[in-house]
Amino acid sequence: MDKILSVKNLSVSFDTYAGVVQAVRNVSFDLDKGETLAIVGESGSGKSVMSKSLMGLIPQPPGKIDGEYIQYKNENILSFSKGKLRKLRGSEISIVFQDPMTSLNPTMTVKNQIIEGILTHNRISKKKAVARAIELLGLVGIHEPEKRINQYPHQFSGGMQQRVVIAMALACDPEILIADEPTTALDVTVQAQVIDLFKKIQKERGTSIVFITHDLGVVANIADRVAVMYAGKIVEIGKVEEIFYNPSHPYTKGLLKAMPNLRDSNSRLMSIPGSPPNLMHPPAGDAFALRNKAPLKIDFLYHPPMFKVTDTHEAATWLLHEKVGQEVENEIEDILLTEEEEKESVDQKVLGNKLLEVTDLKQHFNAGQNNEVRAVDGVSFEIYEGETFGLVGESGCGKSTTGRNLVNLYEATGGEIYFKGERLAKKNKVELHKQIQMIFQDPYSSLNPRWTVADIIAEGMDIHGLYKSEKERRKKVEDLLETVGLNPEHATRYPHEFSGGQRQRIGIARALAVEPEFIVADEPISALDVSIQAQVINLLNKLQKEQGLTYLFIAHDLSMVKHISDRVGVMYQGRMVEIAPSDELYENPLHPYTQSLLGAIPVPDPNSEKTRKKFKDVTWEKTGVEGEMREVFPDHFVSCTEEELEMYRKKGAFELVDS
Amino acid sequence: MTRYILSRLGYMIFTFLLIASLTFFLMQTLPGSPFNDERLSEAQEKILNQRYGLDEPVAMQYFKYLGNVLVGELGVSFQFDGRSVTTIIGERIGVSAILGAQAMGLGLVLGGLLGIIAAVRHNTFMDYTAMIIAVLGLSIPNFVFAGLLQYWVGVRLQWLPVAFWQGFEYSILPTISLAAFVMATIARYMRSEMLDVLGQDYITTAHAKGVDRWKVIRKHGIRNAMIPIITIVGPLTVSLMTGTLVVEQIFSVPGLGEQFVNSILTNDYPVIMGVTLFFSLLFIAVIFVVDILYGIVDPRIRLSGGGRN
Repeated sequence: MDKILSVKNLSVSFDTYAGVVQAVRNVSFDLDKGETLAIVGESGSGKSVMSKSLMGLIPQPPGKIDGEYIQYKNENILSFSKGKLRKLRGSEISIVFQDPMTSLNPTMTVKNQIIEGILTHNRISKKKAVARAIELLGLVGIHEPEKRINQYPHQFSGGMQQRVVIAMALACDPEILIADEPTTALDVTVQAQVIDLFKKIQKERGTSIVFITHDLGVVANIADRVAVMYAGKIVEIGKVEEIFYNPSHPYTKGLLKAMPNLRDSNSRLMSIPGSPPNLMHPPAGDAFALRNKAPLKIDFLYHPPMFKVTDTHEAATWLLHEKVGQEVENEIEDILLTEEEEKESVDQKVLGNKLLEVTDLKQHFNAGQNNEVRAVDGVSFEIYEGETFGLVGESGCGKSTTGRNLVNLYEATGGEIYFKGERLAKKNKVELHKQIQMIFQDPYSSLNPRWTVADIIAEGMDIHGLYKSEKERRKKVEDLLETVGLNPEHATRYPHEFSGGQRQRIGIARALAVEPEFIVADEPISALDVSIQAQVINLLNKLQKEQGLTYLFIAHDLSMVKHISDRVGVMYQGRMVEIAPSDELYENPLHPYTQSLLGAIPVPDPNSEKTRKKFKDVTWEKTGVEGEMREVFPDHFVSCTEEELEMYRKKGAFELVDS
Repeated sequence: MTRYILSRLGYMIFTFLLIASLTFFLMQTLPGSPFNDERLSEAQEKILNQRYGLDEPVAMQYFKYLGNVLVGELGVSFQFDGRSVTTIIGERIGVSAILGAQAMGLGLVLGGLLGIIAAVRHNTFMDYTAMIIAVLGLSIPNFVFAGLLQYWVGVRLQWLPVAFWQGFEYSILPTISLAAFVMATIARYMRSEMLDVLGQDYITTAHAKGVDRWKVIRKHGIRNAMIPIITIVGPLTVSLMTGTLVVEQIFSVPGLGEQFVNSILTNDYPVIMGVTLFFSLLFIAVIFVVDILYGIVDPRIRLSGGGRN
């Protein structure tokens, strides 16, 4: 294969007030013509900065780019003048950013934004440029491009906006397309469509794609080769199968095990302890050594070079050094596995009494000018003591609103919520909030930055008078911090001194402080990195076992929901469409919407991702939901009509015969 | 959109009537009368009061006045015998409008430029210089600035006339003294808005398209930064109006502001009320126009009624 881009020892640093941050450290890799190279890593691993530096998009100062070369078509991009770089951008190398909402200029029509690039690099008439723009919009799958081209970005949905951004990036037929987390801000079903679009573009035009993401499922779906970045370095690079089936670096191994798999049973996720190092003072040896469960001594002293595993597979870990024998490797494998087994005592949960009952809940908002938004429109479900009830759906389906109703943050427009047999609306609010607590999505904005951790955690106890003396208060806070895996010394610090995962632990400690029975967790992990997500999920599971808590777990990440939940409810446009035990739901989804959701989830397994057919083509774009909830199989409810019910039952029976 | 404009118009009329009533009653509480001159005999004063309707009960005066206001009749000046207030405003408004428009134009252009330069050259010498100019413009009162200009440019250097209104060169110094505040305010807002906009993803995207740096700033930066700026143009127009009261007096410019001050000194009720109402009407109109303009510049607001939710 021809190399189109070759990077050697690229480093990027930023000069900040606090010191120099080495965001990218000595990165080398090649990009072949027509391939998709996925760059995987957690936030702060330098993947985004690295890709921007390929086309000189790092503002200098404060940024600084060093390196031997970035070879493109026999020229070194690093030595380009500003004018030459500008000619390269857009015409030879293009980029698509994460959030289409913000990467489109809100006050400019789509037309003007697309032809801007065309006119910059080509000497053609405006008329021809517009014709080309219309053609591009058609290519990325926008219907009636002639009409829509004159619209403004806010008139497009999120997925359509990202298509426009992609059309913009393709305007001058670039050789290389850099996609910086292009699907992270999108819903799963839309994500699936955008990924298919990337594949189509590559197939038709032979564009080389650098695809940056933190989602291993997406990687398995789209990549030919994968580079794993950690703390500003590439720690492993190889073909997608090699990375997924034969990972060599401990970090890659950890990442893969931290991902819940749709087919796994409810086992404990393997989490990576700690959090990534501070790149202002990068560690001397292997940056991952501090979080490695079985590090070698040399890991702390010297940075490992890239060792060859096969011709196409390299990894930077001392484990691959010839002096490290097979015995050592086996031993390390043992350490990792035994530790896992120890904790893997999954008790079969016995469901208790009905704790919460929601009947026909409605929450309508007045959007002004006689517009009514029916955020929740007739939802009914039950939650039993000691279980985790998952609530999934795409953005805007009303899952968060439902959660907030359970904590009585809104006054419901209609329907009833019963908590322990009592009407929620009638209960004393103070009393209620002692029994029901909430964990929020964003650990950054949900903690008061001016309060110490102790005060944040103890606020609920203050209100409910849960301690007798100042000493007891402190003791309780310290106990809680230990429960969630933080140090008691952290009590006097402020939120900004903590990482995202640690903050979420503080949020959990705060919720636990008043010893509630029921916790509503509203997307508690979606703002966190994969390895940190696993820590939080394991913590939630542990707390449930120890304290008999009941959770409502709201999320859009279906694989995480399946992992943690006993039963799952799927919401669509303010209605519940299906409720079933989580294994049953994932193996035998009945409602077409559930099927399309499941079909859209990328599985972190390249082979099954390439052969997977089931539900993959199910699309469901009904605007309304008819029918009512009916029990198709024991505990498995689907919103359907009488006839559909019969059909589901027959189909289910056939499938049972088949297997 | 039509419904929105109509409802806004309704509010405007209500606000205007409220202001009209308030001015009337405030005026009633003022001590003295236009005709309590020792030289006038009691009989003469009575005749004058009768002639101008000042002997009627207050309520009567009020309703007559409101009725007149609604048809645009603002009464007759006490000071200038027999001349209606509308005529006086008509004669004087031209000069004030020219002065105000020049000051607004100058302030917007200079302030915008300063703000843009400061943002683009963020944290450099140019940024600091622009911001020092802006802080000076905000903190020096316009009458001090006007006096300094008169002394240095007018008296010492003798470049420009110190007072009166006899041609364009006479308008330069009053325009500059009025524009300083506008320029400073716009510069500060423009800088922070520009900094915000330049950090947006769509700016990076435009750079990634290979568009020239200044073109990116011009096409993507300035327009988006201007949207919030439009909202402060309303209050700035008002500050210009009040600014003219003092500045016209200092430069002896025969505008509405100068007349207003003189009318207060002579208790010329109809003119004071008339000019106040006129200023309020202008103010209400400016706010209305700004709101409509906001919708035109920002397509997201324009379509929010029938667009995607």
